[in-house]
Amino acid sequence: MTTLSPPPAAPATAPSAGRTPEKRPKRKPGDGLFVALCLVPALVLFALFMIWPTVNVFRMSLFTWSGFSPNMRFVGLDNFTKLFDDPQFIRAFQNTIALLVVVTIVTMGAGLFLAAIMTRQNLRGRNVYRFVLYIPNVLSVVVIAAIFSALYDQENGLINGTLRAMSLDGLQVVWLGDQKVVLWSVAIAMVWQSLGYYMVLYMSSMASIPEELYEASSLDGASASRQFFDITMPLIWQNLRTTLTFFVMSAVNLSFVLVRAMTGGGPDGSSEVLLSYMYKQAYTNSSYGYGMAIGVVIFAFSFLVSLLVSRATRREPLQF
Amino acid sequence: MSIKLGRGLTYALVGVMALLIAVPVAWVLFASLKTKGEFYGSPWALPEGLHLRNYVDAFVTARMGRYFLTSVVVTLFGLLLVLAVAVPAAYVVARYEFRGKAVVETLLMAGLFINVNYIVVPIFLMLVDWDRALVGVLPDGFFIDNPGVLSLVYAATSIPFTIYLLTAYFRTIPKDYEEAASLDGASRFRVMTKVMLPMARPAVTTVILFNFLAYWNDFIIALTLLPGDGKTLQVGLLNLMTAQKAAADYGRLYAGMVIVIVPVLIVYALIQRRLIEGMAAGGVKG
Repeated sequence: MTTLSPPPAAPATAPSAGRTPEKRPKRKPGDGLFVALCLVPALVLFALFMIWPTVNVFRMSLFTWSGFSPNMRFVGLDNFTKLFDDPQFIRAFQNTIALLVVVTIVTMGAGLFLAAIMTRQNLRGRNVYRFVLYIPNVLSVVVIAAIFSALYDQENGLINGTLRAMSLDGLQVVWLGDQKVVLWSVAIAMVWQSLGYYMVLYMSSMASIPEELYEASSLDGASASRQFFDITMPLIWQNLRTTLTFFVMSAVNLSFVLVRAMTGGGPDGSSEVLLSYMYKQAYTNSSYGYGMAIGVVIFAFSFLVSLLVSRATRREPLQF
Repeated sequence: MSIKLGRGLTYALVGVMALLIAVPVAWVLFASLKTKGEFYGSPWALPEGLHLRNYVDAFVTARMGRYFLTSVVVTLFGLLLVLAVAVPAAYVVARYEFRGKAVVETLLMAGLFINVNYIVVPIFLMLVDWDRALVGVLPDGFFIDNPGVLSLVYAATSIPFTIYLLTAYFRTIPKDYEEAASLDGASRFRVMTKVMLPMARPAVTTVILFNFLAYWNDFIIALTLLPGDGKTLQVGLLNLMTAQKAAADYGRLYAGMVIVIVPVLIVYALIQRRLIEGMAAGGVKG
């Protein structure tokens, strides 16, 4: 890697050349130097550790390369065609989609519902609840994985241990060792991690809806659920839309870090997700080109899903 | 009557939710004080005494004490770096006109959508390459296994988010203060550091909070860039998890978890209002 990306100042000059000088009225001599001094360190770091690696993901996906040897062979789109015949990749893709769908629906639905009842009913001790519900969001994923491993532990975990203490041994489940169960165990941990965050977020946007709207509709005899669908939902729609779009991307990541720390993709690939499979190919299998092709698919996939979500949820913004 | 019932149900529901979160965390706290034999009894039994042996084990034998220090240093240095480069950049983007500004802003916006998890592999390979190029000068390598480089990568990958938040805040501050200061003869640099920076304190605090959590809680980058002995706390905990699966040494693992959880909970308790306000003010988690 001898050529580093050019400092972004150079390509950055061209497109704005057409700007009229009136648009920057207060340019004094010496401004240029000051701007450059302030901007260049940040842009160099940004280009070096974000733009250039991103470019490299795409570039390397067109090569086969077994790691540190200098033999990089250009193979065009071969890595991508191979993907479709790779049952492990298809499984990882299916797992990712299943987790996205289930976790999104549960987290968003429960988050909205809980936020609505907590905002509408002036509960006592609201700050305490809010404090507790937000805790999982400040814990690291390793800690969450460790907590859930402790809960799920086959012999002495909280869940199976409790069932045994109640003589309900028959209900014990091998949470992380059963191929049919493990993905749901991961999904539960994901919901546990993110529910509080979205709840607090929706609570703050619901709190800005004027109380009069609810009072007026109560006088008209509207039920609480009617109020939720006719007043609350439309008025926080823009916020909902933004969080939904971002949720897709963060869920792709969360599923990976959790799987990496909790199951390692096992047993036998049954909890593998796209990003964890990419890591496995890159580090364990030393197929960097193939791994990066998976990376490109993830980029494209999460971008596409975000775009679709954002399109499908477009509404005329409502004001209050 | 039905309103009362509804309220009761609401309390019950929210209470159950809170318990579902609090109980596992509290359970780990209690379990960290149990002796080896106690783990095979009922999971709901309280520890019989303050069995602190687990903590000594975790701190010394499992080297969590050392990893703790590494994490503190890496996080603080990363925060320092990101503020040093992002504050001036955000200020200039908010206040100055320059050629290529639109492109810079677009690139930074696009950067908000690049998650580090996607690009750790190329970053790692790039650093390995640099080490190989320098092998004549530094035979032991410099970039891999260097906590300072880890801080630098943390800082660099949080630049788009940090600049985004700071720029938005700088734009809300009226220009009068700066104009008054520069009429008084203050240099551009003094205007930025002595006038604008103090006024942007709420935004700077929010940025520090979010970046603190991101750096402190990361394990993917740390796992990749520090493969040697000098690990961070999260990677140390991950190793304890792996070791526990082999040796069933629960006590040490739970003590390790408490060591990782407690500092974050303390920081969270101290600043929770600010954190939640900052999030509502437009901190969209990437």
